[in-house]
Amino acid sequence: MTADRDSRREGPEAGPDREAARPSEAVGPASETEGPGPSVDELESEAEAGPGPAEQVQPAPVLPRRSLAAATARTWRERAIGGALFTAGALSILTTVGIVVVLVWESVAFFQRVPILEFLTGTRWTPLFLPQHFGVLPLVAGSVLVAVIAAAIAIPLGLGSAVYLSEYAPDRARRILKPVLEVLAGIPTVVYGYFALTFVTPILRSFIPGVGIFNALSAGVVVGIMVLPLIASLSEDAMSAVPRALRQGAYALGATKFEVATRVVTPAALSGIVASFILAISRAIGETMAVVLAAGMTPNLTLDPRESIQTMTAYIVQVSLGDTPFGSIEYRSIFAVGLALFVITLGMNVFGRWFLKRYREVYA
Amino acid sequence: MSAAEIRSGRALLEAPPELQARRRKGKVFQWVCLSATLVGVVVLAALLIDVLVDGVAWLTPAFFTEFPSRIPERAGIKSALYGTIWLMVLVAVISFPLGVAAAVWLEEYAGKNWVQTVIQTNIANLAGVPSIVYGILGLAVFVRWMGPITGGRSVLSGALTISLLILPILIIAAQEAIRAVPSSIREASYGLGATKWQTVRHHVLPNAFPGILTGTILALSRAIGETAPLIMIGALTFIAFVPEGPRDAFTVLPIQIFNWASRPQDEFRYLAAAAIIVLLVLLLSMNALAIWLRNKYRRDW
Repeated sequence: MTADRDSRREGPEAGPDREAARPSEAVGPASETEGPGPSVDELESEAEAGPGPAEQVQPAPVLPRRSLAAATARTWRERAIGGALFTAGALSILTTVGIVVVLVWESVAFFQRVPILEFLTGTRWTPLFLPQHFGVLPLVAGSVLVAVIAAAIAIPLGLGSAVYLSEYAPDRARRILKPVLEVLAGIPTVVYGYFALTFVTPILRSFIPGVGIFNALSAGVVVGIMVLPLIASLSEDAMSAVPRALRQGAYALGATKFEVATRVVTPAALSGIVASFILAISRAIGETMAVVLAAGMTPNLTLDPRESIQTMTAYIVQVSLGDTPFGSIEYRSIFAVGLALFVITLGMNVFGRWFLKRYREVYA
Repeated sequence: MSAAEIRSGRALLEAPPELQARRRKGKVFQWVCLSATLVGVVVLAALLIDVLVDGVAWLTPAFFTEFPSRIPERAGIKSALYGTIWLMVLVAVISFPLGVAAAVWLEEYAGKNWVQTVIQTNIANLAGVPSIVYGILGLAVFVRWMGPITGGRSVLSGALTISLLILPILIIAAQEAIRAVPSSIREASYGLGATKWQTVRHHVLPNAFPGILTGTILALSRAIGETAPLIMIGALTFIAFVPEGPRDAFTVLPIQIFNWASRPQDEFRYLAAAAIIVLLVLLLSMNALAIWLRNKYRRDW
């Protein structure tokens, strides 16, 4: 979602706004040195002092002296407001700094107890019972397994939806299908968890032998459904942005609609499509509640989707559900896992947005 | 000319077999794509039906007025419902002014310089941070560090955490609404001698307001379903009272749902389904309100 919005910033709309902002900057400093043009405020105050209503409409060209002070006050007020607004914008930087500082701070304390190499390469994760092992690989494997299953579901379905919506769907179908996808994207993840547990898992158990009550497959399937709308809408945006001339050129050469969709539109929109995949997988890795409910709480270094596993996010939830004292090694472990999760998802998001920019076809 | 002749005439004009094969392939592809789209629709329908079938019988008046209980027949969502309302009001009060102010700064005040680029990129990245990471931040900053002010594991800590979580969404939506106000309006205001803030206050914001409101409601509808960050900051799952102030402990609907859904007994699963119905009704009416506002105040410049 963020990627296309950001790219749109570079679009033509951004231009006029910036232009509009500039004249006022010129007005600001000017009013400081010499008498400013009458503002709405001053017109009103002048009118109170002024002799008649005629003055209201046409202010005297020579301004009284006290308006200079008023102008200075106004300049200061303008600056204060600008400063306050900037503070609100800078809060986002503070948030990022806060996340990084908190994660790194507690992780450093954690890594004083657990060697960082053991954390990154260990294959056993048993922090809540003795003997404690802090190897994060089972959790990473759990997250990756769920994300791979989710991608296997969401990429073909999302891409198919995007092609249909952008190339085939009549207007009426679009008007129904797009809101449905939006609703699908807006359903809370805990509801997906319930759906996985009470609907998807029983179905999977009925025809796949060996599927447990809690299993990675069911979690992966619902997470896939959850990120499907993201792929569909970002990819569709990318496809709709392909200029009509390209399509018409292909039709003129005798291409069928299928050939236009698969050999012209899809390659032209490829950077947006791939970026949507990356962002969707990143979201699948960060997904929490559906995985907690459906995949269970068993750190398990396995590739078997029928087994119960634990993801990085699920471990963090498990610890905070229990009575873990502040400052203990278990408490600090959630920050180390959180740091790993943050680095992985941030890396994917940055890569996805870079990919979008780097390989975007620009049509003049 | 008879109908048969016309048909045979058509036959003469028919495409060569090679082209027909290509067209057939296209038809198959179209159906494949349509089915892919319909999977989403079918799953949504299955989800709604699953929840309705399980939960609708448990939606009694007592369900709304009772506190959670170990006996399923006597359990209700009173504390969760109040907690959700408390949280939503606080989140709206905290995030709306901050989000709009940040959007105004980015769109109207910031020039196209590196500060603006850094903040804009940062907001886009924050929108992609998993919600549980915000939970970790909230736990360390609002619950632990600012505990004496916020009251620790309180509804205020939860609201601050969720506000940080939805701010990027809100800012991006508000920016789009502000950007949609044509520059001629600003130029006319400047032309009359208005200062930048007067222009923003009296012209840009009123014109962008419906769009900002729509974006805010959609951001809040994301907030109402958030679970993981609130579990992190310790919104308790068993609360038999209603929060009296922002520093009180609380629980919310999604956490109550999680609690019930993770129990093995069927009765609690049905309670979870009933609570999901309530949550989805709240959420979908917020979405409907946002869409209605968008259509009612849509202006084509």
